[in-house]
Amino acid sequence: MTTSDAAIAAEGLRKRYGRSHALNELDLTVERGVVHGLLGPNGAGKTTAVRALATLLRFDEGSARVAGHDVVTEADEVRRRIGLTGQYAAVDETLSGRQNLVMFGRLYHLSPRQAKQRAEELLEQFDLTGAADRSGRTYSGGMRRRLDLAASLILAPEVLFLDEPTTGLDPRSRNDVWDAVRALVAGGTTVLLTTQYLEEADQLADRISVIDTGRVVAEGTADELKARIGGDRIEVVVRDAVQLGAAATVVARIGTAEPELDADTRRVSAPVADRMAALTDVVRELQAAGVVAEDIGLRRPTLDEAFLHLTGHQAAANEETAA
Amino acid sequence: MSVTLQQPPALIAPPPARTPLARLRWTLADGWVMTKRNMAHVVRAPEEVVIYFTLPIMFVLVFGYVFGSGMALPGGGSYREFLLPGVFAMTMLYGLGATATGVAFDVDRGVVDRFRSMPMARSALVVGRSGADLIRAVLEMATLVLCGLLVGWQWRNGIGDALAAVGLILLLRFAMTWIGIYLGLVVPNPDTVGVIVFPAAFPLTALSNVFVAPELMPDWLGAVSEWNPLSSTVAAARELFGNPGFGGQSWAAEHSLLLAVGWPLVILAIFVPLSIRRYQKLSR
Repeated sequence: MTTSDAAIAAEGLRKRYGRSHALNELDLTVERGVVHGLLGPNGAGKTTAVRALATLLRFDEGSARVAGHDVVTEADEVRRRIGLTGQYAAVDETLSGRQNLVMFGRLYHLSPRQAKQRAEELLEQFDLTGAADRSGRTYSGGMRRRLDLAASLILAPEVLFLDEPTTGLDPRSRNDVWDAVRALVAGGTTVLLTTQYLEEADQLADRISVIDTGRVVAEGTADELKARIGGDRIEVVVRDAVQLGAAATVVARIGTAEPELDADTRRVSAPVADRMAALTDVVRELQAAGVVAEDIGLRRPTLDEAFLHLTGHQAAANEETAA
Repeated sequence: MSVTLQQPPALIAPPPARTPLARLRWTLADGWVMTKRNMAHVVRAPEEVVIYFTLPIMFVLVFGYVFGSGMALPGGGSYREFLLPGVFAMTMLYGLGATATGVAFDVDRGVVDRFRSMPMARSALVVGRSGADLIRAVLEMATLVLCGLLVGWQWRNGIGDALAAVGLILLLRFAMTWIGIYLGLVVPNPDTVGVIVFPAAFPLTALSNVFVAPELMPDWLGAVSEWNPLSSTVAAARELFGNPGFGGQSWAAEHSLLLAVGWPLVILAIFVPLSIRRYQKLSR
């Protein structure tokens, strides 16, 4: 695939705010028809990247093409082909759901009849018909997000930007959004999804770019990244610190890498391949070795640990560049 | 949620405007959509309308009765009849506060991100705001004139001249709307807009011919008052309504009609491009 027929092709994007770099030589290529995850902590530059690609923010250096058009010189062509759903609902909260969709349809330069018809279709599809004439102010968070998503889909965009679409949603609403995204991609739309949640990227994304301090630090499928990050870890807390060494010997036998020891919390942990087998093995062997455990558990790597692995440092807490 | 998203193959948005004429067409069409949006806001918050029309009614009643009963004009004539064209124009001037606040709250909302990511005319939000505020101003003006008639004010030169006077006052208001739009875009916090508008508008109304003759003021104040755009509009409106005025010897006083048209056009020529540029640069 050449970059010219990619859905998104960004090269060397830089955006400076004062002395901090929100984007620092960001390169990103997204194939057509896939969900591409942009994974990173707060302040990593995810939202800045989306705003730059969606023509909302002018970057200092670099170039980007979205849906085959340059975001700077052909912004209007790009805007006809994209949809954007941000972290907060970008709808008019005073107007009703129906008024919102008709207004946006008109602003996409549909005829009044087309705009009305499209609004009805979307209200139906997003289960908002019952609330169609109520002011958006009375909507629940999930309803507002659905209305927001519907507004992004008036023209069935070639490229849809979803900036943390499920942040702050309850699990049921989150599943609704995920379903909607899957249905869209089945229809041929390319989705760029930003998220802080490993699980969300795992669920939805065909490919994931891990982004940190304004640049892509790792890229691959969810499985490839997990292999690099390491899978589940088993964790043992011993009652008596003197048994820490004995516990470590057991964990080392079962884990797939050297165990990590933490004397202060009397904790031993190591990555494992098969989670359930590892758990039963550890319980049995600790008993056989006479080690008294206070707690034994399995857990997935947190995003912090993933970052530690991929970037070699803790997820940066430079919140001020999050905007 | 039953998500069976059908792709709408028939929905192809028209290509972006390439000629200046097509761009103008979309600017007006999109601006009109935004005007309707602002009007829909008013309909959904009727209590705002009540508050909104209290000010003009109060101004006419308070100034018309309180001042109108207790003051006399140096050259003779009814002070109330003299005062009301000034009160009309003054009320219109204060309208810029509502405009500025509305714009500031608007750009603070997430919906502006959507507008800016759509292929709509870049100026539509501010053009729509000025359109909606002009419609409001017409309704306000009708209220003012009605209240004026109730307290005994009248026009004496025929309906044509009276309409011309109303037109001049609305023209000033339209120009003020664009100053309000610019203020709303420049001030970062919507809550502070209301606070700065009054100190900005109050001297403009006091340093004018609305209440007293500029000739009675110290020389430099008088000159400021006579060249005040509000004074030109008020003087021209008094003349057209056939209400008593001050006349005056200065060039500004003698050419009030010319200035009543000229000042708003100058203000528009400055603040329309300034506001549109400012809006387009937001959060860049």
